[in-house]
This record gives sequence, C-alpha cells and structure tokens, in this order.
Amino acid sequence: MGLQKLRSSGARKKVGRLSMDVKAEVIAQFKQVAAEQGMQLAPLTDELALFDSGLDSLCFAIVVVRLEQSFGVDPFSANDLSFPVTLGDFIGCYQNAAN
Amino acid sequence: MPPTNPTSLCASILAAGNLSASIDVGVGAPRSWGELAGAAAFVVRKAELYGNCVLVATTGQLDAAEALIQLDGVVRRMVLYPPDLSREHLDYVARSAEADWIVTDHPGLESSHCIIERILPPRGRSGNQNLAQGQKVETEWVLLTSGTTGLPKLVRHTLSSLTGAISLRDPSSEPIVWSTLYDIRRYGGLQIFLRAALTGTPLVLSGAQESTAEFLSRAGIRGITHMSGTPSQWRRVLMSPSANKIAPAYVRLSGEIADQSILNQLHSQYPEARIAHAFASTEAGVVLEVNDGAMGIPADAIEHTPYVEMNVKDGTLRVRSSRTASAYLSQDSLPLRDAEGFVDTGDVLELREGRYYFAGRRDGTINVGGLKVHPEEVEAVINRHPEVGMSLVRTKKSSITGGLVIADVVLKRPEQPEGSGAQALQREILQFCRAELALYKVPVGINFVSNLAVSQTGKLLRHHA
Repeated sequence: MGLQKLRSSGARKKVGRLSMDVKAEVIAQFKQVAAEQGMQLAPLTDELALFDSGLDSLCFAIVVVRLEQSFGVDPFSANDLSFPVTLGDFIGCYQNAAN
Repeated sequence: MPPTNPTSLCASILAAGNLSASIDVGVGAPRSWGELAGAAAFVVRKAELYGNCVLVATTGQLDAAEALIQLDGVVRRMVLYPPDLSREHLDYVARSAEADWIVTDHPGLESSHCIIERILPPRGRSGNQNLAQGQKVETEWVLLTSGTTGLPKLVRHTLSSLTGAISLRDPSSEPIVWSTLYDIRRYGGLQIFLRAALTGTPLVLSGAQESTAEFLSRAGIRGITHMSGTPSQWRRVLMSPSANKIAPAYVRLSGEIADQSILNQLHSQYPEARIAHAFASTEAGVVLEVNDGAMGIPADAIEHTPYVEMNVKDGTLRVRSSRTASAYLSQDSLPLRDAEGFVDTGDVLELREGRYYFAGRRDGTINVGGLKVHPEEVEAVINRHPEVGMSLVRTKKSSITGGLVIADVVLKRPEQPEGSGAQALQREILQFCRAELALYKVPVGINFVSNLAVSQTGKLLRHHA
C-alpha cells in the first residue's frame, strides 16, 4: 500500500530516500517536534511505549506529517493497520511501508 | 410545548431509583448518585441561588457533576466552563451570561469541595418565597464552543433539549457501566453524564491528572461496558499499551468524522463490541447514530430518523429537532436556527452510491482531534506579521488527529524567498503564532504562495477538504 502510493504520486526520488536510515529520521523528528512544542522526551529506545515518550496526540500528528514529507508515505492512513504501541513498532510501520 | 413545571435533574435521579450507583473519577472515593443529589454545600445556599445565573468553572468533573445536579431547577441559568478552555475567557463568559455566582474548586483536589462565590452584587429580587412555594425554574444550560474571533460562543440548551435522545433503559437488559473519554462539560461528555444520571447507571470519568493508560486500567477494573469518545481519543486509546484493559460491549464515536480506518481498528481491538458513530454537535444536538460499521451515513437515515428532520441544502446538512440548541447567548451572534427552525450544521455532505460522506466544513473550520479551529482566528495572527500580505488557513488531513492546521501565505515582498531564507521566515511566523495561539491552532506548516483566490464579494475563497 505504502509503496504503491509512492509510485502513484510520482515521487520517485523519495523511493530512494526511503532507503535512508528510517530509524534515524524518525528519532530526529521526535526530537525536533518535542523541542518545538516544549515537551520533555523520554530516552528513545525501541521498547519505549509511545505513550510514555512525552509526546501527545498533536505531537504525533505533526511527526507523521513531517515524516510524510521525508518519506512520501503515511503508513497510518491504511485501513487495516493496527496502531503501534512502542517506538520500535512505530519505526517498523515506516520500514514496512518501504518494502 | 415545553412543560411548565419540568422535572429537575435532581428529581429525575431520585426517580431513577438506583441511588447507590456511583461516579468514579479515580481520586477520592466514588460518590453515588444519591449523595450527589443531596450535596450539602448547595442545599444550604439554594435560597440565595434561586433564580440567579451561575458559572460552573470547577477543575474536577465530580464537582461539576455535583453543581449541575444541584443547580438544575433552581437557578435561571448555568454555564458549563470546560477545564481545557483558557481561564482568560472567564471574565467575558461571566459578563455575557450575566453570572451572579461562580462555582470553583481547589485545583488538584477532586474530593468535592465546591466553592460558591458571588461575583455580582444581589439585584434586590429575592426568590426565597417562590422557592418556599416549591416552584421550579426551567434552568437554561449554556455550553461553550469556539468562535471565529477566538472568544467562546455561548450556546443555550435546556435539560429537555439535552436529554431528548436519551431513552430510559429497559430494566431487563444487561447491567451497564458507562464511561466517556470526553469531559462532561463538553456536549459529547454531557450526553453520557445525563444518560447515566437519568438511568441510575455507574459512570467512570477521567481524573484531571490522570494519564490515558491509568484511566483505561481503572475503567477496566470498574468493568465499563459502554464508552464514548472522539475518533482522536479512540486512536489514543488504541496506541496505549492499556487498550486491552477494557472490554466494552459498546463503543461510540462522535465529535469528529469517523473514517473507515478507525472503525476497522476498533473492531479488530474490540471484536465483541458494537461500534457506532454518532453525528452530534453542541448546536445541532444528537442527530443520528450509524451502526453498520461503515463510514458515512446511509441516505435513508437522513430521510427517516425518528424525531429528527434532516435535509441537505446548498451542500450542508441542516437539522430540525427538539434536541437542537435554541440560540446563541452572545448579543452579536448570528441566529442559530433559521426561520423554519433548522440548524445549519455547516458540515458538507456528498452523496455517493446511496451514502452520504462528510467532506469537511463549509466555513473551513478545522477539527484537530475534536477541537475546532476557525481559520480566521489563525489568519488574523499570521496577518499581523510585518512581512505577511495575506494568508489562508486550511485543513491538512491527519491519520492521527483527523485534521491539522496548515497555512498558505502571500508575502508583501514581490519575490518568493528561497532556501534558508524561506525556512527562517517560516520559523519566525510560526513563533509568532505560538506566542498568540493554543498549540493545536498553530500551523504545522507554512507554504509561501504568490497569490490567493478572492471572490467577487472580496472574501477569500475557501475550499472544503
């Protein structure tokens, strides 16, 4: 679903960008948005529950928009995807969207 | 015709009979409907409060519940001030509603310590005699919604308009424990509060300091069977490791457009639950409920919903029923109903293959996780930036909060900024917004554009999503 979207949107160069370190980009956006919104971030490990990360729903929504700009996909717009619970799950959603 | 001597909320609770059922907010002991119906702090003040206007501005939900139960049928008007609304509007609301009294509590304490203070001097009329004669007042319930100027709008209801969609429970049905992710001072939460009150049902509400995970664990322990919230609140539940702590038989979504994705995800998390999305708003009241698991509204529901007349005129849904609000309280507001008594919801509906789908708001209002953002309010702030010529604020769809705010900006300078210059200016305008606006109203992105379309009447052309 994710890749189809990439291709149909004609954003070919973004396919290449997906091979960039997904995890590093996700973490960078978490930090960026937390700083902008004045939120205190918990140490970002794969096991960290998103709920305990220090970000609220608005922050997540902004992170997802920024990552859509980076990767060209929003994996959470798929109808059949279950919501991620940990940071590792969250990163996995983007990695799966690339495959 | 409205009843001349309406039954007050307190009397209805006593009539419902199940007085030991309680409201639990997680802090302090749960309080039963019976206790709330006999709360001493108000009983001794009733003669003074009779026929007056009261602003209910407590932080805790339990204190608000107590005040609403005690004041209905006694005061002329009560205003429900939600805890998430900035306190800077308190003065404006008190003045608009001509509030004589304010009910507050000790922040952080949720163990029912209502403080009742006078804010306007007595007006020389005494209601004591009427009270002694047992005369009931039909209390006006005033709810607050956001307005285009940033000031809240005051929306007038009565207990009967608020409870029009509530049917008294069939005593043979399974025991129900209600819960809501809403605050009871918001229309969606108030519906659940009144439903529980009138049917003598236990109610589990969130505490002011409580995380979603803690709330879900407590709701699970209390055995909640029915829970309501906005799609955004439900997404937050699904993202919580504690989502599996509750096992609801009924899941209700309202306050935002429910998309297929959230309906499917709730079904997969709670396969046993009946999942319903309701269309309701503070102004239009409870309109209808869709139970078939699909997004949108079946066309025949628009034509045949008992007690509610609906039509789609000029693209938007209009509603007439006894559940709509009667008017705005603020002097300068437009009429809430048209000459025929219809409320225009402002929600644009599109008919596709026998089903109506929501296509955003005609006035461009953006719904960020159930919180309304009026584009004009954000544009006014952006336009104050010295480099900005004009701006258009619109919805950016979000899979997390439904909508987000995004802005198209025309600069005064003729050439478009590029690269780091553009980024610096975007940051500057956003900083400007953060200083003036609640965070959910701050755009998530600024696009510099060369022009914006303006209609012949000189208004910005807004395209719904």
